[in-house]
Amino acid sequence: MSWIENRFEEGVIVTSLDWAINWGRSNSIWPMTFGLACCAIEMMAAGASRFDLDRFGAGAFRASPRQSDLMIVAGTVTYKMASRLKRLYNQMPEPKFVMAMGACTIGGGPYFKHGYHVVKGVDLVVPVDIYVPGCPPRPEALIEGLMRLQDKIRAQRRTKSVMTKAKEMALA
Amino acid sequence: MAPEDIFKLLAGEFGDAVEGTSTDGGHPYVTIKPESWPDVAMFLLKNKKLRLNLLRSITALDLLADDKLACVYDLMHVPTDDAEALITETFEIAVRVVTERTTPVIPSVAHVWAAADWHEREAFDLMGIHFSDHPDLRRILCTDDWVGHPLRKDYEFPLEYHGIPATTEFELTNPRH
Repeated sequence: MSWIENRFEEGVIVTSLDWAINWGRSNSIWPMTFGLACCAIEMMAAGASRFDLDRFGAGAFRASPRQSDLMIVAGTVTYKMASRLKRLYNQMPEPKFVMAMGACTIGGGPYFKHGYHVVKGVDLVVPVDIYVPGCPPRPEALIEGLMRLQDKIRAQRRTKSVMTKAKEMALA
Repeated sequence: MAPEDIFKLLAGEFGDAVEGTSTDGGHPYVTIKPESWPDVAMFLLKNKKLRLNLLRSITALDLLADDKLACVYDLMHVPTDDAEALITETFEIAVRVVTERTTPVIPSVAHVWAAADWHEREAFDLMGIHFSDHPDLRRILCTDDWVGHPLRKDYEFPLEYHGIPATTEFELTNPRH
């Protein structure tokens, strides 16, 4: 956009709406306070001063799903918990993201075969954006997952380009 | 009080209600008939030489080979400021109550030890042992609509729970959305 540059006073930035919205969203992912098992200990460590999730704008753990953007499912999900988990997910405002943290939420983990009451992956209950493997994952892994989620948010587009539209119509 | 002395005391007081005793290993226990178990329990609590005032745990056993279910009650005496008690040292004993596997019923001892209330609910939930005269015999861990009793040896895993596939076959657990 060179034709518009240097035509304003200092302190004015010209950018696209997509970039501005994505910048805001990706740097203020407020997670929900939702620890289910031992992964929650690592999640708390990631939120505390040593690892400090707040550096990425994701340190404001909200006590209500209605103020949250991200649900970090940190721990073993039982069938009894699955209905509550789904309700909490439905209470979150859009845009909302789910991170499956740890082996249990990814696919049942150590309880896959002999856990009679463990959901074999939280993606059977709610759609999952990011999978963070580990048992439990270290805080670095959780931060890595958060950064990949930021990448995902930054790649979002509000409008479709003419080319994308043409491709979709061709496919349809 | 030594386990042998407790066994003698119980045999003298209840006679036929004592089905057997065991001092093998580090866990001596006495087997009591289910129908006389509440009376024995009250005796174990109230007797001045025993005063077994702490029910530490209830373990439910699935004796599939014998077609039986059993409960093991771990009892302990903890010295209190009870002036009538004739003992001062801590000791413990286990009581085993065996019941049929087809219609497992054991009288509740929740009125003797309050701790038995939730322990018996757990044994009912996971093993399916019914405790007669229990004040509130509901499932304590599983959901109320759960089918079966998960810790039984012949328990069959659910294949689905409220729309969530629950198989242990990996191919069948693909996400549904």
